[in-house]
Amino acid sequence: MVMFKAAFVREWRLLARQKADWLNPLMFFLIVLTLFPLGIGAKPNLLAEIAPGIIWIAALLSVLLGAERLFKDDYRQGVLEQLVAAEQPMLAYVLAKIVSSWCSTALPLLLMSPLIALLLGLDSAAWLAVFLTLLLGTPLLNLLASLGAALTLSADKGGILLALLILPLYIPLLIFASAAVDQASLGLDYSAQLAVLGAMLCLSLALVPLAVLKALKLNVG
Amino acid sequence: MPELNFSSWSAFFSMGGYGLFVWLSYGVTFTLLGLLWWFSQTGHRQLLKELAAKQARELRVQQQLQKQSAQEQS
Amino acid sequence: MFKWLDPYAKPETLYRICGLWFPWLMTAAVATLLLGNLWGLAFTPPDYQQGDSYRIIHIHVPSAIWSMGAYSSMAIAAFIALVWQVKAAQWAVGAIAPIGAVFTVIALFTGAAWGKPMWGTWWVWDARLTSQLILLFLYLGVIALAGAFADRQTGAKASALLAVVGVVNLPIIHFSVEWWNTLHQGATITKFAKPSIDASMLWPLLISILAFGLILAALTCLRLKTAILENEQHRPWVRQLAVSLAATPAKGSIAKSVTKEEV
Repeated sequence: MVMFKAAFVREWRLLARQKADWLNPLMFFLIVLTLFPLGIGAKPNLLAEIAPGIIWIAALLSVLLGAERLFKDDYRQGVLEQLVAAEQPMLAYVLAKIVSSWCSTALPLLLMSPLIALLLGLDSAAWLAVFLTLLLGTPLLNLLASLGAALTLSADKGGILLALLILPLYIPLLIFASAAVDQASLGLDYSAQLAVLGAMLCLSLALVPLAVLKALKLNVG
Repeated sequence: MPELNFSSWSAFFSMGGYGLFVWLSYGVTFTLLGLLWWFSQTGHRQLLKELAAKQARELRVQQQLQKQSAQEQS
Repeated sequence: MFKWLDPYAKPETLYRICGLWFPWLMTAAVATLLLGNLWGLAFTPPDYQQGDSYRIIHIHVPSAIWSMGAYSSMAIAAFIALVWQVKAAQWAVGAIAPIGAVFTVIALFTGAAWGKPMWGTWWVWDARLTSQLILLFLYLGVIALAGAFADRQTGAKASALLAVVGVVNLPIIHFSVEWWNTLHQGATITKFAKPSIDASMLWPLLISILAFGLILAALTCLRLKTAILENEQHRPWVRQLAVSLAATPAKGSIAKSVTKEEV
C-alpha cells in the first residue's frame, strides 16, 4: 500500500511536469473525432448512428497512442532494472502506473463526453450510455495497453507494434460498448451489455497485471 | 466402393458451373501449403550450410593464426 | 509428474526425434490429404442446395479447425515455456505460428471463394470469417513480436507471453463476434449453414481434417528442427552435424543423414 501510494504520487508528479504526456492523447482524441464527420459527412442522423462506434474507436486509439510512454522512461533510466534487481514487490508499481494512466487519459475523456455528445448529436440517453461504457471500458483499455507497453518495452519500433498487438484484444470491448450505446439510443435496456463489460473488466483486473509483471521482468532480465 | 460422380473430365473441371471457385480454392490451398513446406525445408538446409561455412571460416582463421605464431617463433 | 518428459526436451534428442518423425508424418499427411480431397472432389454426390461448390468444405473446415488447433497448441507450448522455462517449448511457439497463420489464410480465402457463389459477395462479415480474420491478426502479432527484438531470446519469451494472453482472449473474441453478428444480421442469412452432412460426404471431410492435423504436426517437426539448430549453434553436436553434412552433400531428407551420422 505504501509502495502503491509512493509510485502513484510519483506518476502524478511526472504527469504534472510533462503535460504533453496526457494533453497530446486528449487532443488526438478530439481531432480524430472531428475527422469522422469531415470524412463521412455531417448528416445529423448518420452522425448519431455512428457516434458510439466513432467515440470508442477514437478513445481506444488515443489510449494506445499514449501507452508507449508508460514504462519507457523508467526502463531507459534504469528504474525498472533497480526494482527488479532489488526484488521489490512490483505489483503495486504496476497498478500505480495503470491507475495513474487511467486518471490521465480516461478521466479527461469522461469529463469531455458531454461536449462530444453535443458535437456528434447524441441525445442524453445515448450520452449516458457512452459515459457508462467509457467508465467501465477505459480501465480495460488502459490495462491492455499497459500489457502491450510492457511486452514491447525493449523492442525497436515498439509503438506501432504495440497497437498491432493490442487492437485485436480490444475488439470484444468495442463490440459490447457500441452495442450498449446503440440500445440506449433506441431507448432499450442495456444493462446486460454493461454487465458483460464489467465482467471483462474484472477478469482483466485479476489477470492482466500479472502478465504485465511477467512482461516487464522479461524485458529487463 | 463409392462411385465416380462425374461422367467426364470436362464435367469434373466445370464442377457444375462452380469450377472457378472450387479450383481457385484448392489451387491456392495446395500452393500455400506447398510454399510453406518448401520454405521450411530450404530454411533448414540453408541454415546447415551457413553453419558449416561459419565453421570452415573459423577453422581457416584458426589455422592462419597458428601459422602466424609458428612463423613468429621460428 | 512430467519428469519422464525431461530427456525429450533435450535439444539434441528432440532434433533427432523430429528428424525421425518428419518423413513419416509428411508422407501420411500428403497421402491422407490426397485421399480425402480426391474422394471429396470426385467420389461424392453434389449437395442438394449448393451443387458442386460445397466441395470446398473439405479444405475450408479442416483449415479453420486446425487454425484454432494450431493456436491452442502454440499457447500450450508457450505456457510450458513460461512456467517451466523449457527452451524447446519456446522454440515450438515460433515454429507453429507461421503454420497456423497459413491455415488461417487458407480458411479465409476458401471461405470467401465458397461465399461468392452462395451469397453473391466475396466477403461477408459473418461470425466465423470475422473470427478467422481476428485470429490472423493474433498470429501475425505473435510472429511480429518475436522478430522485433534485437535479442532473439527476449523476442521468443515475449511472443510466448502474447500467445498465452491471446488464447485466453480467443473464446471471448469468438463469443463477442458471434453475438455481434446476430445483432447486425442483414436481410440475407449470412451464416455458413453447415450442409446437413450425409454419411457419404462425412468421411472425406474427416479424412481431410486428419490430413491437416498431420500437416501441422509434420511441418512443426521440420520447423522445430531449424529452430533448434539456430538456437543451439554453438553446441558440439550441431557443429559436428553441420560439418558432416557439408562433407556429404545431403540429397534427400536430412533425417537419413542424421541416422547415418548416428551409425
